[in-house]
Amino acid sequence: MSEPTGVIHDIGYQRYTGPRLGRRHVFGALYLHGLRTAFGLGRSAKAKIFPWLVVGIVLIVAAGLTAVRTQTGQVVMTYAQFADAMSWLVIFFVAVVGPELVSRDLHSGVLPLYFSRPLPRGDYALAKLGALGTALWLLLGAPQLVMFLGAAFTTDDGMHGVWNELLDLLPGLLYAALWAVVFASVGLLIASLTGKRAFGAGGIVAVFLMTAPIVGILSIMPSRTVNELAMLGSPTALVHAVGQYTLGDLLIPGGQTEDQIGAFGPVYVAVAVLLVAGCVALLLLRYRKVAAR
Amino acid sequence: MTLLATESLTKTYGGRVTALADLTVSVEPGIIGLVGANGAGKSTLIKILLGLLAPTSGRVSVLGLDPTTDPAAVRARVGYMPEHDALPPDLSAAELVTHLGRISGLPRTVARERASEALRHVGLHEERHRAVGGYSTGMKQRVKLAQALVHDPDLLLLDEPTNGLDPAGRDAMLALIHRIGTEFGISVVVCSHLLGEVERICDTLVAIDGGRLLRADRISAMTTATDVLAVEVSEGTDELAARLAALDLPVSREGRLLLVPLADDATYDLIIGAVAELDLPLHRLDQRRHRVAELFATREPSHV
Repeated sequence: MSEPTGVIHDIGYQRYTGPRLGRRHVFGALYLHGLRTAFGLGRSAKAKIFPWLVVGIVLIVAAGLTAVRTQTGQVVMTYAQFADAMSWLVIFFVAVVGPELVSRDLHSGVLPLYFSRPLPRGDYALAKLGALGTALWLLLGAPQLVMFLGAAFTTDDGMHGVWNELLDLLPGLLYAALWAVVFASVGLLIASLTGKRAFGAGGIVAVFLMTAPIVGILSIMPSRTVNELAMLGSPTALVHAVGQYTLGDLLIPGGQTEDQIGAFGPVYVAVAVLLVAGCVALLLLRYRKVAAR
Repeated sequence: MTLLATESLTKTYGGRVTALADLTVSVEPGIIGLVGANGAGKSTLIKILLGLLAPTSGRVSVLGLDPTTDPAAVRARVGYMPEHDALPPDLSAAELVTHLGRISGLPRTVARERASEALRHVGLHEERHRAVGGYSTGMKQRVKLAQALVHDPDLLLLDEPTNGLDPAGRDAMLALIHRIGTEFGISVVVCSHLLGEVERICDTLVAIDGGRLLRADRISAMTTATDVLAVEVSEGTDELAARLAALDLPVSREGRLLLVPLADDATYDLIIGAVAELDLPLHRLDQRRHRVAELFATREPSHV
């Protein structure tokens, strides 16, 4: 009998002497992992259904709008308006993906495995926040890019037309970023409070939708000042008001503008900034407590 | 080099609950058993060693580093296996351990290689690609151990690693820990409330109770008393005792047993020779070790 040729040797335990990457790389790894989780990549098929359903809907809407525009030459929606029109989908996306990113970790007890590693506890929260924000921005930005490409390839004014289109697109993408930042910070904070995904999702939907009537009630109060400040009542309206103030007729094309915010534009911007800063601060505080448990 | 050292380490919660009280201990590298009843302060001590909790007062050093001022440096060189369930059910073991390896600072490809190596060392092979949710308790414990090992730490902190395992699973886990401590060259701190379990694999034992140090020493120093042989014969116990005494063996009686201090292998021969000469039915002859438990048995437990 001849000796077997392919012998597998048990080489035993090998010590690792190679490089250990720093904080930036670790943050990046966690951020990318979060972004992939948001779209269900590297996860079960079931986890992919919802995110890609939403992505499918926004892309189909964008394709439809592009088709209408190329056929009839009529602009149904500006880039910024597209984000507004998709606000419901954004809320549901946050309600599903936010808890997916943080509640799941709280529930499974995996956090001690993270916090016993050289990962500052604030970095965990910020990486998850960045992942959710980026996912939302992609969700709103990708369809705008589709609309832009459609418009750019069918423009009659050559390069000048493309340039004009691009100048319309950029504010739209910035407005999408505003949506992403506000919704990610509020949504993630709510999700981080519970280990149950259903509670997290319910809480997020409640905060975003149940606050809408507040805006409605305030806007019919018999005081002009109260009416003009009514949109502070809900995060959705707040984002819309900031968009109205900063983008003007890109969001509300000329003619149909009804001055809803009066001279309070700067107030809305300030409140939006404070809201985001407050949510991020509370989120960091939350994980300071969780890590020590 | 000192592996761990604490100096008057005290931790109180809210100024009332005392988890650790004036704990001063210093241990050398090796396999260290940290024993104490539930609530003795083991988990609090581990969290302080990892820099997750700040001590109320006192000093602490791990691998020569101070976890209160440089927690990231400590955690980069320490692997931690928590007591409770810590695995997301829908990820596979390979994915989870790879991901956690990256969080420990390993480059992507290295993390993947070391993850499958670590899983292989703990005895998970093909099943490592299945979702963790379908694993048995024993397999989950192994995954938890593998994730603590993936970044090649210099020190492992294992919190109740045999929790929830059946006797065979316990033995396998203890054997694995022993192998890590001896063959891998990684120091291990094993937390347990079961003294009999850790004394089998540890070379140093630290016992705490109510946040205070009961005793810390090398096992060899605790069991310096020589081993004894227990002899039992079905009949003729007195004759055998007299014969052994005539052979200059310091024999003593304990019920039906005769206890003979084990000097060397010749002691066995002498006893067997005596039994054979007297033609007595030998029931048993076995070696008894002093149990470390005996060292604590005389102390009054301070908790009820």
